[in-house]
Amino acid sequence: MGNKRSLWSKVWPPALALAAGIGLWQASASLGWADAWTLPSPASVAAEALKADTRERLAEHTGATLRLTMLGFAGGAAAGFALAALLHLLPGLRRGLSPLLILSQNVPMVVLAPIMTMLFGYGMLPKILLVMLVCFFPVTVATLGGLAGGDEALRNYMRMIGCGRWTLFWRLELPGAVTGLFSGLKIAASYSVLSATFAEMLSPKTGLGGFMVLSTRGYMQERAFAAVILIVALSLALYGLISLAERAFTRWRPRKEAAERDA
Amino acid sequence: MMLEVKGVGKSFRNDAGVKEVLRGLTLHVREGEFVSIVGPSGSGKTTLFQLIGGLELPSSGEIWIGGRNTTGERGHIAYMPQQASLLPWRTVRGNIELSLGIAGIDKKRARELAGEWLARIGLAEYADAYPRTLSGGMSQRVSFLRALLSPQPLMLLDEPFGALDALTRLDMQRWLLSIWETNRRSVLLVTHSIEEALYLSDRVLVLSASPAAVTDEIEVPFARPREESILLDERFNALKGRIYGQLKEGRKEG
Repeated sequence: MGNKRSLWSKVWPPALALAAGIGLWQASASLGWADAWTLPSPASVAAEALKADTRERLAEHTGATLRLTMLGFAGGAAAGFALAALLHLLPGLRRGLSPLLILSQNVPMVVLAPIMTMLFGYGMLPKILLVMLVCFFPVTVATLGGLAGGDEALRNYMRMIGCGRWTLFWRLELPGAVTGLFSGLKIAASYSVLSATFAEMLSPKTGLGGFMVLSTRGYMQERAFAAVILIVALSLALYGLISLAERAFTRWRPRKEAAERDA
Repeated sequence: MMLEVKGVGKSFRNDAGVKEVLRGLTLHVREGEFVSIVGPSGSGKTTLFQLIGGLELPSSGEIWIGGRNTTGERGHIAYMPQQASLLPWRTVRGNIELSLGIAGIDKKRARELAGEWLARIGLAEYADAYPRTLSGGMSQRVSFLRALLSPQPLMLLDEPFGALDALTRLDMQRWLLSIWETNRRSVLLVTHSIEEALYLSDRVLVLSASPAAVTDEIEVPFARPREESILLDERFNALKGRIYGQLKEGRKEG
């Protein structure tokens, strides 16, 4: 019972804020504060999105974006995790590579994207690589922090009873890093949809990113806005999925404390 | 002889120079004997355990366990630390199973042992609970059980009740005695409490402050099974006074 009430008290404030935002947006269009060709009203965006022709194209492009996002996210997360484990087990390598890691995040995507296209053509590969490049970093950093940040007393106990390097890694450090890993995954999930959309703008044939560019160029703002809403929804859905997975993996953690920590 | 520490010295080098923690330390634990070490804080008790556990190498001397030179070798001891050190993501039973597994006991046997003994010490209903739901005393019971069930014949107990309140502490000492007296193992216990050392042990060793060396050795004259009434015995108080005096002396020297 208490749970239901607390869920409700968590849901209604953001729901109210969202409704108010949409209301204000609709009002600004209905009352003529903004021109329809710069800011279409939510009602007109919904009407456009529900047209049979538009709906079909939106579905197709959403599918393409979802595919790219998932491939890039999965690849980036796997690479990020593997890199974190490697750097943790080989401290020498970590000292050598850390500056390069940060460097990789300082090259703007706007520069990277055309280079990728020149190297790998206009297919899926450069786009996936771009999403991976964005996703691996938060996963690596958060996992590394988790691996290194274990309890000293536990480590001492495990070593005293005779644990070797591998046992220590598998039994103590890796399970202890799960919380860190998931916070990295959540950040990567939000980045992945955004970077996938950006990658699609390179060759605007498929995906919501491309659809957005073409719609704006054709002065069809309703379509562009519909695409934006779908992108946001995708991003939220992916984040929600990861949060669910995290719950399943950290059942040992008291829920209340977990909620406070995430807040 | 279960454990022999033979003339062990240990120095650490830091920015301030070389710090000598142990010098020519010699002690032993016989098969099935309960030996306690008391000493002022900072007398190198932790270092001694790390040497016996094989985490550190002595600067001089040797460690022998079970009649074999095991200097710098790990995995020869069962260990109970001051903090219960239960992995928070494993259940109580899972924690015991893991430690037994690391010590080389097969999964099925470890599972049986854990279930059987948790029931025997009255914690059966907590077998599948996570450690965070246990009280401090219960965590230490599980921690002791985990060490007791490990196959290594030598147990190191590192101030196991130091973090508990006085009442729980007395309960735990009584409980530990009752289990140990029916399941004799060789034990080396480090403690700050003179009473605890006298109440539990066959022999008490007194350490001086750094560099630590054994300054006194006391054979505890009380029969087993120990009665709680010995805490009020005259001889008990006399020994307490003797150790207290030794500790004060040792601190002055250091």
